[in-house]
Amino acid sequence: MLDVRNLRLQYGGIQAVKGISFDVQCGEMVALIGANGAGKTSTLKALARMLPQATGRVQLNPPGEAAVDLMRLPAHELVAAGVALVPEGRGVFARQTVLENLKLGAFRVKDRMLVNERLENLLERLPRLKERATQLAGTLSGGEQQMLAIARALMSGPRLLLLDEPSMGLAPIMVERIFELIISARESGVSILLVEQNARLALKVSSRAYVLESGHITLSGNSAELLQDDRVRAAYLGDAIS
Amino acid sequence: MDIFLQQIINGLVLGSIYALVALGYTMVYGILGLINFAHGEVVMIGALVSYSVMMVLVPSGLPPVLLALISVLVAAPVCMALAWAIERYAYRPLRHAPKLTPLISAIGVSILLQNLAMMIWGRGYHAFPDILPAIHFDIGGAQITLLQTVTIGLAAATMGILAWMIQRTSLGQAMRATAENPAIAELMGIPVNRIITLTFIIGAALAALAGLMVGANYSVAHYYMGFMLGLKAFTAAVLGGIGNITGAMLGGLLLGLIESLGAGYIEDLTGGILGSHYQDIFAFLVLIGVLVFRPGGLMGERVSERA
Repeated sequence: MLDVRNLRLQYGGIQAVKGISFDVQCGEMVALIGANGAGKTSTLKALARMLPQATGRVQLNPPGEAAVDLMRLPAHELVAAGVALVPEGRGVFARQTVLENLKLGAFRVKDRMLVNERLENLLERLPRLKERATQLAGTLSGGEQQMLAIARALMSGPRLLLLDEPSMGLAPIMVERIFELIISARESGVSILLVEQNARLALKVSSRAYVLESGHITLSGNSAELLQDDRVRAAYLGDAIS
Repeated sequence: MDIFLQQIINGLVLGSIYALVALGYTMVYGILGLINFAHGEVVMIGALVSYSVMMVLVPSGLPPVLLALISVLVAAPVCMALAWAIERYAYRPLRHAPKLTPLISAIGVSILLQNLAMMIWGRGYHAFPDILPAIHFDIGGAQITLLQTVTIGLAAATMGILAWMIQRTSLGQAMRATAENPAIAELMGIPVNRIITLTFIIGAALAALAGLMVGANYSVAHYYMGFMLGLKAFTAAVLGGIGNITGAMLGGLLLGLIESLGAGYIEDLTGGILGSHYQDIFAFLVLIGVLVFRPGGLMGERVSERA
């Protein structure tokens, strides 16, 4: 689905991402884990074309369709190509209602019927949002905002969902709900690239993972195996190695 | 004649015009955080283009109302194209520059347009032909002319359509989203640059209409008119809470009323020391007062959030 080769990103004099390569297969959830400042968010922003200075080859390969070179698209065309980013810090429009936020997610979907169908479907599954449909998004709790941000991304009918720290700052019960939503999106066929600081959670829900350390991928493989890997356990899972 | 009621009517006419111009300031500020000081000049160009079109058409013997209609249909696209060019060449290259830079660019554009207008239309005052027959209605001891009625009605209708467009259409929603967070708006697939251009263009269409209204009501158009009008409309936008659409409408009407009533009573209040030609001081007293006591304006709480 997504094929990234030699992605580089420089801010001023600092190389945040130093030529990384990875891929996400169709219908797969892949995690990108690493410490603060390792370049995880930068990588996602580069993929979403929010940082036009990034270089490298980023190809979207939807099954049965022509490949799309994402690096040639302006940021606002990405969602039309089937890539939706749920940004770090949620990025809901606080001064618009929950319903308006959801509709904005489908801004590029011209088929009204399809939009309404998705809307009803999501609200059915997310009663918290349904109750608050006419409230301003700024009045929601952090967890509800995160749920809204993900639901809004799903409104665009993405093939590939990029999630930036969906568990950040949320209570455990809310994290559980959010991940239920994420997992059900994957089950419905959406490919997912998940950036998480909560490595244990990320490795549990993903099938494969890459470990990012100061702009390099230092480790990659099967998530279940990485969970048992001594280096990962020591550095990211807080386990003492005896 | 009831002076109070008469000044209320005059104030509503003036206020409608301020409101239309203030909307242009406030929409651009809302979306870019930029005070487009060249906006007053767009009104001036609108007024002078309208004037020229009418003068060309007067010999044709068309009814004056039709002249006004044609002139605004010419002036509006001219202003829209001008606003497009200003945004594209004077502001967009400076999008990521420090805030002071586009402000200086705005003042530069303003001076450029004034001089350009002076070269085309000369330094004189241009009198508009009468657009509507000089009919007036009496209400409670005051008079309202047909032109005044039409001005207020047209401004109200235009503002109503604008408010509906911003609150109810998907374009309006895209504008609100862009104003709130352009980076996230882009993620939604909103072409942010096009929305910004459209915001300037919509503001310019309102400016063209305001230009015609100024010319028709006060029968003056000249190359320097945009300066004072622009400052007053900016004051109106600040009074209402800059960045807030409803605030700009309210601020415009209020400022028109304050100025009009002030001009009507200043002579009595100061025992004849100051006459009605001092009416300009009211707008700026309001501006200073708002900036000192309520910098967010009447409807705005967003200014502090942005600063």
